[in-house]
Amino acid sequence: MINRILAWLTDRNHWQGSDGILRRLVEHLGYSLTAVLIAALIAIPLGLYIGHTGRGRFLVVNLAGAARAIPSLGLLYLAVLWLGPKLSGDIAFLAPAGLVLVVLAIPPILSGAYAGVEGVDPDARDAATGMGMRGTEVLRHVEFPCALPLIMSGIRSATLQVIATATIAAVVGLGGLGRFLIDGLAVRDTPQTASGAILVAALALAVDMVLALVQRSVVSRGLTGRYAKAPTVETDNYTETGAKPPTPVLQPIA
Amino acid sequence: MTWLRDHLGDVLGLTVQHIYLAGVPLILGLLIALPLGWLARRYRALYPILIIGTSLLYTIPSLALFIMLPFLLGTKILDPTNVVVAMTIYTVALLVRTVADGLGSVPEAVNQSATAMGYKRGRRFLAVELPLAVPVISAGLRVAAVSNVSIVSVAALIGVEQLGSLFTDGFNRDFMDPIIVGVIACVLLALLFDGAILGLTRLATPWQRAGKAPA
Repeated sequence: MINRILAWLTDRNHWQGSDGILRRLVEHLGYSLTAVLIAALIAIPLGLYIGHTGRGRFLVVNLAGAARAIPSLGLLYLAVLWLGPKLSGDIAFLAPAGLVLVVLAIPPILSGAYAGVEGVDPDARDAATGMGMRGTEVLRHVEFPCALPLIMSGIRSATLQVIATATIAAVVGLGGLGRFLIDGLAVRDTPQTASGAILVAALALAVDMVLALVQRSVVSRGLTGRYAKAPTVETDNYTETGAKPPTPVLQPIA
Repeated sequence: MTWLRDHLGDVLGLTVQHIYLAGVPLILGLLIALPLGWLARRYRALYPILIIGTSLLYTIPSLALFIMLPFLLGTKILDPTNVVVAMTIYTVALLVRTVADGLGSVPEAVNQSATAMGYKRGRRFLAVELPLAVPVISAGLRVAAVSNVSIVSVAALIGVEQLGSLFTDGFNRDFMDPIIVGVIACVLLALLFDGAILGLTRLATPWQRAGKAPA
């Protein structure tokens, strides 16, 4: 079995052409990154606002939780039946699938942004106000940088979920790596199905690694305690405040 | 919603099936994750291996897992066991970290006190560490429960009957009513699971409410 999967994956013909692996990889990445980008544009400002003002906290806790309970497959079918007839061409399927992925990606990013701002050390916020910063300046120069680790972990778990879920876009006729799963299932071609599964998992891991590097470069070293020479004074202060380095939050996928 | 009135019996049957497919893995997953999480705490070298290993399981799309398991287990493709095993894998993937972090959240002073009072390792784990870790573990269990209810519906694509069957059925007939009923039933079921876990957690952690009583 493993040999047959390897044979399928290493077959040059399976990589090229309009239904080849490379094309499907690009499609899959395209759907996923677009959805995460749109979700981030909605969820990060909203999360920052809620965390900064403390207003609408119930929205994050309840709506984000309820959104997680919505089955993606059902939402996808509903969106296709409802939006499909109103649109034409590929958009009739792209828009509903995009909608589903955006709905899926918003809760983790929103919770990350909100929890990140809310968890900022009140002393840091007080100090910023004491230095004469106004509300938006505190948000931009203190709260946002301090919240970045959690914002990034929200984006990372959203991306993992979206890449895994984008496979079901294939059931309504779209491309992406899900095609290998759906088509393989239809004709009982197990090596193809298994290869599709491996490719999706590999893509998810690769993208997560890239995002981990992005996180490393954008998060202030003052937060991670990662200095070129690791001066002891700063790291001691860091542990004294009781703050912990952020751990990525695992979240469910569909 | 005359459709729901006419098909109430079917929907209830599918709901029971859904509860089974999403609920049993929750219990199995917790039972497997407890010793693994304990191992991850006990032997520090195992922590990154177990956490990274279980996170890797999470990147496998559910549809792929449902399709692949029959070949790995030797079961028939329509066998509900495949779905139970797949959901158990996801539950374990989510809970190992939660259990390890939950046990880690128990203050070291408490552990030392328990040891000083004569608790051996096994009894300390069952009587002190595990109860104190319940709030953290329960939070992870709630996330797993809600996501299980949602993921199980994907199994309709491989023909295993549960509420997700309403989605494929409705879509094939270009008929929205069953899909809407299915989505609402899934969300309600997730809330039910969530409420049940919250209730059990309250029962298991009476000390959390003690502070609120008038002194």
